[in-house]
Amino acid sequence: MGSMQILPATASSHAADMDWLFAALVGTSGFILLLVFGLMITFCVRYRANSKVERGNRLGRTWRLEAAWTAATFAAFLALYFWGADLYIRIHRPPPDATDVYVVGKQWMWKIEHAGGQREIDSLHVPVGRPVRLVLTSQDVIHDFAIPAFRIRQDAVPGRYETLWFTPTEVGEYPLYCAEFCGTYHARMGGSVVVMEPSDFQRWLDGQGAGPSLAQEGEALFRQYGCSGCHGAASTVHAPRLEGLFGRPVPLEGGGTVIADDRYIRDSILLPRSEIAAGYPPVMPSFAGQIGEDELLKLVAYIKSLADRTAGNTEAGPPAGGKQAGPPAGSAEKDAR
Amino acid sequence: MTTATVTGKTDEPVVGTRNYLTEGGVTLRSWLLTRDHKRIAILYTLSITLFFFVGGAAATLIRLNLVTPPGIFTPDVYNRLFTLHGIVMVWFFLIPSIPNTMGNFLIPLMIGAKDLAFPRLNLLSWYLYMAAGLLALFAIVIGGVDTGWTFYTPFSSMYSNGYVVLALAAVFTAGFSSILTGLNFIVTTHRMRAPGMTWYRLPVFVWSNYATSIIMVLATPVLAITLALVAVERLLQVGIFDPALGGDPLLFQHLFWFYSHPAVYIMILPGFGVISEVVPCFARKPLFGYKFVVWSSITISVIGFFVWAHHMFVAGISLYAGLVFSLLSYVIAVPSAIKVFNWTATLHKGWISFDAPMLYALGFIGLFTIGGLTGLFLANLAFDVHVTDTYFVVAHFHYIMVGGMVSAYFAGLHYWWPKVTGRLYHEWWARIAALLIFFGFNLTFFPQFILGYLGMQRRYFSYAPEFQLWNIFSSAGASVLAVGYVLPFFYLGWSLFRGQRAGANPWAATGLEWQTSSPPPTHNFDRTPTVTRPPYQYRPEPEPQDV
Repeated sequence: MGSMQILPATASSHAADMDWLFAALVGTSGFILLLVFGLMITFCVRYRANSKVERGNRLGRTWRLEAAWTAATFAAFLALYFWGADLYIRIHRPPPDATDVYVVGKQWMWKIEHAGGQREIDSLHVPVGRPVRLVLTSQDVIHDFAIPAFRIRQDAVPGRYETLWFTPTEVGEYPLYCAEFCGTYHARMGGSVVVMEPSDFQRWLDGQGAGPSLAQEGEALFRQYGCSGCHGAASTVHAPRLEGLFGRPVPLEGGGTVIADDRYIRDSILLPRSEIAAGYPPVMPSFAGQIGEDELLKLVAYIKSLADRTAGNTEAGPPAGGKQAGPPAGSAEKDAR
Repeated sequence: MTTATVTGKTDEPVVGTRNYLTEGGVTLRSWLLTRDHKRIAILYTLSITLFFFVGGAAATLIRLNLVTPPGIFTPDVYNRLFTLHGIVMVWFFLIPSIPNTMGNFLIPLMIGAKDLAFPRLNLLSWYLYMAAGLLALFAIVIGGVDTGWTFYTPFSSMYSNGYVVLALAAVFTAGFSSILTGLNFIVTTHRMRAPGMTWYRLPVFVWSNYATSIIMVLATPVLAITLALVAVERLLQVGIFDPALGGDPLLFQHLFWFYSHPAVYIMILPGFGVISEVVPCFARKPLFGYKFVVWSSITISVIGFFVWAHHMFVAGISLYAGLVFSLLSYVIAVPSAIKVFNWTATLHKGWISFDAPMLYALGFIGLFTIGGLTGLFLANLAFDVHVTDTYFVVAHFHYIMVGGMVSAYFAGLHYWWPKVTGRLYHEWWARIAALLIFFGFNLTFFPQFILGYLGMQRRYFSYAPEFQLWNIFSSAGASVLAVGYVLPFFYLGWSLFRGQRAGANPWAATGLEWQTSSPPPTHNFDRTPTVTRPPYQYRPEPEPQDV
């Protein structure tokens, strides 16, 4: 039988901030609750029908009182709103040095791939004290990746990349859940997040067998699916070069620009007509239904690995390594939508 | 103002034998083809009671399953149970509960009219409701649905193996019943008020149902369209919500919550109305801040349309959308808080008595306040990220829907029971039931807030052993709550046949509905009343019969 536990484990930098917010929410609402209950009970006892207490001089014009408590409650609510909004913005802006981990949900398991090509199912190994950015998607229905000890969660939506980041602060093993109902074994879709000392984590990574990295696998797929036929250096087809593309703005046909982030790359593979790069004929075929979510992630990882390279006839500017390159693309995507 | 005419004899004929229960015949046909709003209200009351017990039985089995971590049902059975519970309780109990029973019965009486504006539509509304309800029961009997009441896509449209389309058809049909009722109330309130019944002389109950009706008429069509699109995608594989077909799953959530968040206010606003009638009557004082209470209802019904995406803070909406919807959700908390303060202030310097309706009403204020305050937790962006889709959410909306709305329903049922049936119930049994419900409810749902913060997710047929203790508390509370809900069935049933005759106005209340006999005649009033005063003109001194 469980214990009288009240608070979950606190194992990320965000978790501690969240517990302070929780305390403020409990404090504010506890105050309002005590006020309402206190007044109700006092009035009910003092002014019960057979009590002979003085009842003259009732509250007359009510609007002052109404305005006062309306303004007071609203001010308290606003303070809480800004506090929560600030934290929410922070958990949507991963630091630039965060390590990417790719997560695919499917009925009823979590498939996780590390940048080095290490794979795991229903468990996530991460080093303590280092920011980790998760890129989440789903192969079938909507799932939700929830880690209560970190106080974070994010839906994994089919057809989209969502991101989530955290910095673990305590070594240990913490439960991981699917939090969006996804069918029969929804309750069994989960596992654990294992937070390790960086040295242990490195040993764990090394022990997973030296396979090709995600980007290397992506490179192989890039040739296998014939992408290199048009996007490769030797191509004669007028197709955009992908070197130095990732994380930079792409001008679109018909106006506007879009940041070339995970989502843009993915959509360009599956829905090539949705956002056409300016100056290129819309000749790319759609790969929808031919490439699975795992393979898409590898292709994206490959194209991302090209971000710092320069093509022979580069269209984009030289790689500046500025603040839009790399991981912040996820948050830029959030803002752009 | 009439005094309470309570006699000790149970076989005494009803004062003025002319009443809606006997006038026009007592045959089944006379009931099934009736156009009398009061008889239709009775039809609705019987039907929603049936569905309340169906949904309640499912809840009982859910709580039974959760006593032990592995559970006792198979996952598919459990998933069907909570879906059944949600669909039946939301669309076949909560949405029609107060509007279609008490609203139907009381709005014409309260405004001094003979009936609703469209009596035939009113009857049609009940038939649509029954058709929808039977369709839902049929879907349950032949195999059930496992999508949850929210029908999230693409699970519901492409992956679920239950009878989803039948369930969608049931909810779709029930929606038309809501729309007809809402339309009827709006027209009735505008066109059929008695002479002198100005807008600001309307009881808050009428205002609340008017605000509810606006939501019913404007939001329900969106639900109908959305559910129809899910059925189209499921049956014809037209890509609307499934990304594999080129659709967008978030589109479904936007459309669904565009209805389903205002629907929360469909479920709670009529409860505000009941409490605003009961509290002044048993505090023997006018309602504090009448205009503020009225306009906060209207404000809620309007802003209620602009907060839907607070259900989607972790679903993949943009940061800006999150910031705006969170702010609006804080804004809408203000009018609800205003109401709580006004009810509390009404008690100040009153002559408070604690009859059963008042106990239920005080229970409502307490539970609704807890539900509303925890709503602020969920409207908070960062906090929501941690607890959405956990038992914290389950606890929160049960505090509003069950602690709030069902308590208000019982407050209203006990308050107007003498008017509707002409009989009194056993007061002490009613008080015991009110207390059982209050304590049973808190024992059931308060532990769920803790479970949610600890990380127990919703819709889990089995759970980690560390959550068991709080789950046992919750299930123990549920059994107390079940006793509290079954008790009225007996003492109210007894009252129907053996209860003391109630006079026209046993509570010495002020509304127009109390000025006609109990039960009222078919045409409500012998002469159309003329209204000269605002509502809730309770005397500053208690009347002799109250002491």
